[in-house]
Amino acid sequence: MADDTRNILDEVTGKEYKYGFVTEIDTEFAPPGLNEDIIRFISEKKEEPEFMLEFRLNAYRRWLGMKSPEWAHLNIPPIDFQSIIYYAAPKAKKELQSLDEVDPELLKTFEKLGISLEEQKHLAGVAVDAVMDSVSVKTTFSDTLAKHGIIFCSFSEAVKNHPELVKQYMGSVVASGDNYFAALNSAVFSDGSFVYIPKGVRCPIELSTYFRINAKNTGQFERTLIIADEGAYVSYMEGCTAPQRDENQLHAAIVEIIALKDAEVKYSTVQNWYPGNKDGEGGIYNFVTKRGICKGNNSKISWTQVETGSAITWKYPSCILQGDNSVGEFYSVAVTNNHQQADTGTKMIHIGKNTRSTIISKGISAGLSNNSYRGLVKVTKRAEGSRNFSQCDSLLLGDKCGAHTFPYIQTENKSSIVEHEATTSKISDDQLFYCQQRGIDAESAIGLIVNGYAREVLSKLPMEFAVEAQKLLSISLEGSVG
Amino acid sequence: MLLQIKNLHAQINGKEILRGVNLEVKAGEVHAIMGPNGTGKSTLASVIAGREVFEVTAGEVLYNGKNLLEMPVEQRAREGIFLGFQYPVEIPGVSITNFMRTALNEVRKYHGQEPLSGAAFLARMEEKKKLVEIQSKLTNRSVNEGFSGGEKKKNEIFQMAMLEPQLAILDETDSGLDIDALRIVANGVNALRSKDNAIIVITHYQRLLDYIVPDIVHVLFDGKIVKTGGKELALELEGKGYDWIRKELETR
Repeated sequence: MADDTRNILDEVTGKEYKYGFVTEIDTEFAPPGLNEDIIRFISEKKEEPEFMLEFRLNAYRRWLGMKSPEWAHLNIPPIDFQSIIYYAAPKAKKELQSLDEVDPELLKTFEKLGISLEEQKHLAGVAVDAVMDSVSVKTTFSDTLAKHGIIFCSFSEAVKNHPELVKQYMGSVVASGDNYFAALNSAVFSDGSFVYIPKGVRCPIELSTYFRINAKNTGQFERTLIIADEGAYVSYMEGCTAPQRDENQLHAAIVEIIALKDAEVKYSTVQNWYPGNKDGEGGIYNFVTKRGICKGNNSKISWTQVETGSAITWKYPSCILQGDNSVGEFYSVAVTNNHQQADTGTKMIHIGKNTRSTIISKGISAGLSNNSYRGLVKVTKRAEGSRNFSQCDSLLLGDKCGAHTFPYIQTENKSSIVEHEATTSKISDDQLFYCQQRGIDAESAIGLIVNGYAREVLSKLPMEFAVEAQKLLSISLEGSVG
Repeated sequence: MLLQIKNLHAQINGKEILRGVNLEVKAGEVHAIMGPNGTGKSTLASVIAGREVFEVTAGEVLYNGKNLLEMPVEQRAREGIFLGFQYPVEIPGVSITNFMRTALNEVRKYHGQEPLSGAAFLARMEEKKKLVEIQSKLTNRSVNEGFSGGEKKKNEIFQMAMLEPQLAILDETDSGLDIDALRIVANGVNALRSKDNAIIVITHYQRLLDYIVPDIVHVLFDGKIVKTGGKELALELEGKGYDWIRKELETR
């Protein structure tokens, strides 16, 4: 690459994180450290029924016997689990009945992030569940949704008001001992979102959860559970940011999706946790287990993710295609810059007959970052006539970053077709010059080219998210490459 | 004077390509620069546009009296210099519409103008598409991706029409065009001729100059302009070939 391009890339890859502010808010903490007492404390704080405490303690005991996974292409510094605070909640004086009772500082925080919690002001009908640190702050539009029989509430409320659904489905896709971070989450998770769409109901608005880490030294462990009953449809979006801090913070979440017969769930994420500074100090460790099961015939689960944040990302949103003719999709754009590391991809497990899966992964690496795609396509003996198509593209900006692809394909079935395509490319000097010659400066040109490169995935995002994601892609690469 | 080039020397990887080019272009003029392969025609175009792989070792280039060589590439473009590429590059996933809107608004911003509204922009696109007989669908496609040679060149002239440059340099716009496409491209260029702008057409062949009739013809040979004349010079070259120039230079 020519020197001038390198300089441009240097400039382009050095921008600031926009959401790094801290809200001064009265917060209640648990003492740092992890033991059975802390878990009892969390469960008690949340006034949980006995089965929840048991679930947590079981998970904790399993976790004690497990080890942090080492197979990913990541350099994970040792994490001191005893120095982390596992419960932090903005202090609320009493049960909230309306928005007027929400702390104005909290409202301001979400306004600053571009998330309006005031329903009447809300654009184009997106229902939001806002989660700050350990608790859900406010869920909008719950009443409107209730008319359709849709349950959209914080996980804590679901435990209280719909324990039978929680009991039936929690841990049914991601078992409490599934992996190290899933076990940790199952032990200490504090809140999250819960969605139930009844039979035959098409959710009329987009549902969305916005996660915000605010407090210092705190881990965020939320859980999302989405159940689409027979013939139901829902589109769900998740966004997240965190303040700029020198130390690393841990985020270990679980998302479980259950799609019954003929149901469809579309799950979109724009992940923008604080990525650390230019020298790789600070940033979120993002260790997330996301999995959906197409339980019934003709069901469909679609994951779309735009990953730009976090110091380390370890995340593989997956689909278990159990029902016949069920469909799993994974569309991903992962951007890494400076010292960020990402090991992300998906698993498509074909069990039912004539199941289909599509994987489109676009990795963009800049700076000194490392970006890996890791994916498993498994076709079992029973899954006759199944098909998979995978396409993994990597785009390199600069010559100090890394892009890696680790595809695993296992098929036990001769009637199935599995295709895998992969490319690696760079932004060429010719492309930059062409844009510049039309009056577009190098930085905007890189934004334009990167967005074009990711278009196939961005086009899968709901409208409300697509614009934000496009801007985010450009910003993430500002001052990024060298 | 729109463009003034004085004793321009430029090299790439230590190899000198331009060896003292002198050229003056006034608003309202169409110049043709001809010459055999490898004499520096495309290099001259690239140096004017600001491609940094070429190092200017001597001479100066003034554009509207300003020192062009000090400006970054995008500033030259915003000042009104347009380069029609010989080999337009593909930009996957970026639609022509989006690309042009970004470019046009950058240029407008530079001149202190508001961005064009969506409706005004689309109206302008429709008008300019007709100029080069571009099908509607084409502008929804990614920039140059999967375009035929003819489509690529039409797209270059379409962009020129959209940006309304003061100085357009068309680098071998005729290469790879069949006779119909050549006519369309030339008609487009002719429609954009005005007393306020200038066009430099770089070509090997007389053929293009039947359609775009130049005011002044230059022959670039071995990194220098060795002969300048009226449009009849192009015909003379067509008849006698470039060997004629070579011999003339040797006997000089």
